[in-house]
Amino acid sequence: MVDQSQQLCTFAVENYTFGVEVHKVQEVLRFQEMTRVPLAPWVVRGLINLRGQIVTAIDLRRRLGLPDAPAGASPMSVILRTEQGAVSLLVDRIGDVREVQRELFEPPPVTLRDLARDLIRGVYKLSDKLLILLDADQAIASAVTRAKTPTSTSTRPESGAGDAKAEWKA
Amino acid sequence: MSDNEQDEIVTEFLVEAHENLDVLDRELLALEKNPHTPELLASVFRRVHTVKGACGFLGFAKMETVAHASESLLSKVREEELELTPAIITALLGVADTMRGILGGIEANGKEGDEDYSPVVESINRLQRGGDAPAAPAPPASAPVAARSAPPPAATAPVLTPPLAAPATAPAARPTAAVPAAPAKPVTTAPAPPPPAPAAAAEPAGDQRAHNVSDSYLRVDVGLLDKLMNLVGELVLARNQVLQVAPLVDDQNFSATSQRLNLITTELQSGVMKTRMQPIGNIWEKLPRVVRDLALICGKQVRVEMEGNDTELDKTIIEAIKDPLTHLVRNCVDHGIETAAERIASGKTPDGRLFLRAYHEGGQVNIEISDDGKGMDLDAIKSKALERNLITAEQAARISERDAQNLIFLPGLSTAQKVSNVSGRGVGMDVVKTNIEKIGGIVDVHSRRNFGTTFRIKIPLTLAIIPALIVTSGGDRYAVPQISLLELVRLKGSQARDRIEIIQGAPVYRLRGNLLPLVYLNRELEIQSAPRASDRGADDEVAVNIVVLQADNRRFGLVVDQVNDTEEIVVKPLGQHLKGITAFAGATIMGDGRVALILDILGIAQQASVMSQAHDRGTGQPGAAKDDKVSHRQTLLLFLTRDGRRMAIPLSIVARLEEFPRQSLERLGSNQVVQYRGRILPLIDILDLVGSGGGFGGTSDDSVSASADTIHVVVYTEGERSIGVVVGQILDIVDEAVGTLTSTHGAIAGCAVIQQKVTELVDLQALVRSGGAGLLDLYESSRGGAGAAAAAMGA
Repeated sequence: MVDQSQQLCTFAVENYTFGVEVHKVQEVLRFQEMTRVPLAPWVVRGLINLRGQIVTAIDLRRRLGLPDAPAGASPMSVILRTEQGAVSLLVDRIGDVREVQRELFEPPPVTLRDLARDLIRGVYKLSDKLLILLDADQAIASAVTRAKTPTSTSTRPESGAGDAKAEWKA
Repeated sequence: MSDNEQDEIVTEFLVEAHENLDVLDRELLALEKNPHTPELLASVFRRVHTVKGACGFLGFAKMETVAHASESLLSKVREEELELTPAIITALLGVADTMRGILGGIEANGKEGDEDYSPVVESINRLQRGGDAPAAPAPPASAPVAARSAPPPAATAPVLTPPLAAPATAPAARPTAAVPAAPAKPVTTAPAPPPPAPAAAAEPAGDQRAHNVSDSYLRVDVGLLDKLMNLVGELVLARNQVLQVAPLVDDQNFSATSQRLNLITTELQSGVMKTRMQPIGNIWEKLPRVVRDLALICGKQVRVEMEGNDTELDKTIIEAIKDPLTHLVRNCVDHGIETAAERIASGKTPDGRLFLRAYHEGGQVNIEISDDGKGMDLDAIKSKALERNLITAEQAARISERDAQNLIFLPGLSTAQKVSNVSGRGVGMDVVKTNIEKIGGIVDVHSRRNFGTTFRIKIPLTLAIIPALIVTSGGDRYAVPQISLLELVRLKGSQARDRIEIIQGAPVYRLRGNLLPLVYLNRELEIQSAPRASDRGADDEVAVNIVVLQADNRRFGLVVDQVNDTEEIVVKPLGQHLKGITAFAGATIMGDGRVALILDILGIAQQASVMSQAHDRGTGQPGAAKDDKVSHRQTLLLFLTRDGRRMAIPLSIVARLEEFPRQSLERLGSNQVVQYRGRILPLIDILDLVGSGGGFGGTSDDSVSASADTIHVVVYTEGERSIGVVVGQILDIVDEAVGTLTSTHGAIAGCAVIQQKVTELVDLQALVRSGGAGLLDLYESSRGGAGAAAAAMGA
């Protein structure tokens, strides 16, 4: 890497500060009402209307395995650019865009073991805090793969479909 | 062919011919620069050929002659008998202009006009011959191309001029005398570099066509139309939002403006929609050819008839149904229509008729593909399905005609005797079905032995903007595509309590005598019902809203918290995270800017397994009957069994109803009999016939004589043989349309709601034939005995 510094868009969940590359962030939005999606994976909080585009909102807290925010809290929405269109990542607070130096980067420390480590690419040791570099693609991609496994929802529809098929044959 | 159609074809021809000629111009110029480009030459050849072909087809003989001459010239060039000289290029360009002139005449008068084009033809022909002869005069100072070859440009120049002048006078009405002059120039002033001149010629030609038909048509990128469609979608959403706000704003001006916005949006929407519409004829056109080739392979004679070619459909839908349609047509030819010999043997015309029909109905498009062939062999289908383990033997025996016909849509079922390259691999019909369902359509088949088969496809007009019913469940709104919607039912308080029943664990509602399986949306989506204070009636009972839906030919009722309104919605796809949820077809944005999910009715039906739950839970066997299919009126005899089950049999199969005093019962072997009209009538309890089915049992020999003093007997006669079926009590004779819902188990044909009570329908005929066959035999053997008895009585 020739470039010795990197611009990160920062945001916070609980008392962790995260950053993703600025170019991956399309925009940041205040919380807006969303439509819940029944039967959806746990990490999907709902759908929002982004100027006529329907965007899936993924709760970073849930994705990280953290408890839900207290009722009444209104998360902020970081709209990420992905190959499949925009996806919203719900976070507690939005921070500044920080320019960080390469030499301050370190792989994820073991102390972060309570977070879902597959999402964390490393940590920048800033003077005032630790800035966790979030793997945005991973956060979203794994939410997709998880869509097939979670909770009670997936088993029943499958058997239902099977029944319907059997019935149809009759 | 009607005048109208003829006009359309001519218009199309004009547009195409103009296009071809324009391209021809360009290609000729390019060819002039690089004369040794076979591909380019081939393309030029093709263009001329295409125009010629179309002229011939439409009977424009003069133009055809001109085109033909050019074609001959080009073919010589192509076969390298002639060198491609600027003179030839010039002549060909001149021909293009001549043809444009003719086209202008056709457009104005519908005819070619009386102009004599033979000089043009003659000049072309002369060029052809000129190539054979050694070039007479040396070429005047040469353009690089001309230098290499030894053409006779000087010789041709004078020849060329007059014919090229001809078109100038031909479209006399046109104020563009410059047209022919320009192409003439390079020839007369041969040394001048030719390219600019034809270019100059092309330009006025362009002007000349300012009013030509080709200018009223544009070729537009489909991507652009898609984008426009999306934008219109957005506009529709914005309009919906404005309309929602309008009543809240106390401003005359605003409400008038929003009304106007509403109108304009609607018009714009239909306009943009129209740009995407294509007549179904576009894909049908190819079918006669498919049929012809296939018929040839199969050694059959088939004539194709079409109706409703101009029925229009959205482009995306046209694309989507192309393959399924072709497949169905192939199927009709291959499986349906017989060979000429077979047809004659069965008294039909030697040539089979394949009839395609399309029409609009209720916001949908119906397409029918029918043949007058041999129809489907249900037994063959059933045995094939059995062989492939697609159904059980029991199902095969019980299956209705229509269900059996629909078996062909199962994967892996083909009744073709051998696999050909035409069909018989057993893939196809299921793909047809899937593809059609993918675009929200349904396909159905009807067949009559020896009379033919009809496939019916119903598809929506467009996919992008659809009318939908908005419902609320658990506090969220959901959109139900109108295409699946049949009706709405609202039950209040006691009605809800009384009229929703549980049959074998599944809730059903009686809708005009039909049993309608119910699906609770909240339950399917695993959401909590929101408290609905507004729905609470006086008796504190919650009203039940049932949305009656049809999916895959089956009806079910979707119970929702609240039914709102219908709205035009714009279908938007769901993100990758939610693709796996079959209950949703997409999402849309509502008037208030919030997102609402669009329900996938088929997905929900499958998830809830409405089709099977009513009986699956009881027997673990998938049943055969559909809720909506047996809806014909029937006269039924209603009775109670001795253990209180409510049953019905068609009155038509009942010979008589009798009552016998208990004392008259007698015993014959292990059976109970009664003397009846001078004969011995064997008796059997209906419960014994159907199997006790969890009733009281009571299959002992004494069962008939169990309780009451009088026994009620339904006399059933088959041929000369009769048996008496003992029932508990005769209730009524009713005449009503009965929809069979499900089959509970083998002996019961199904159940239905009769007089608002759930009633089992008994197939007495089948029962007596199978289970009761021995009894009929008994009667057979007792005939002599009866005679003896009578004799005894006489004595």
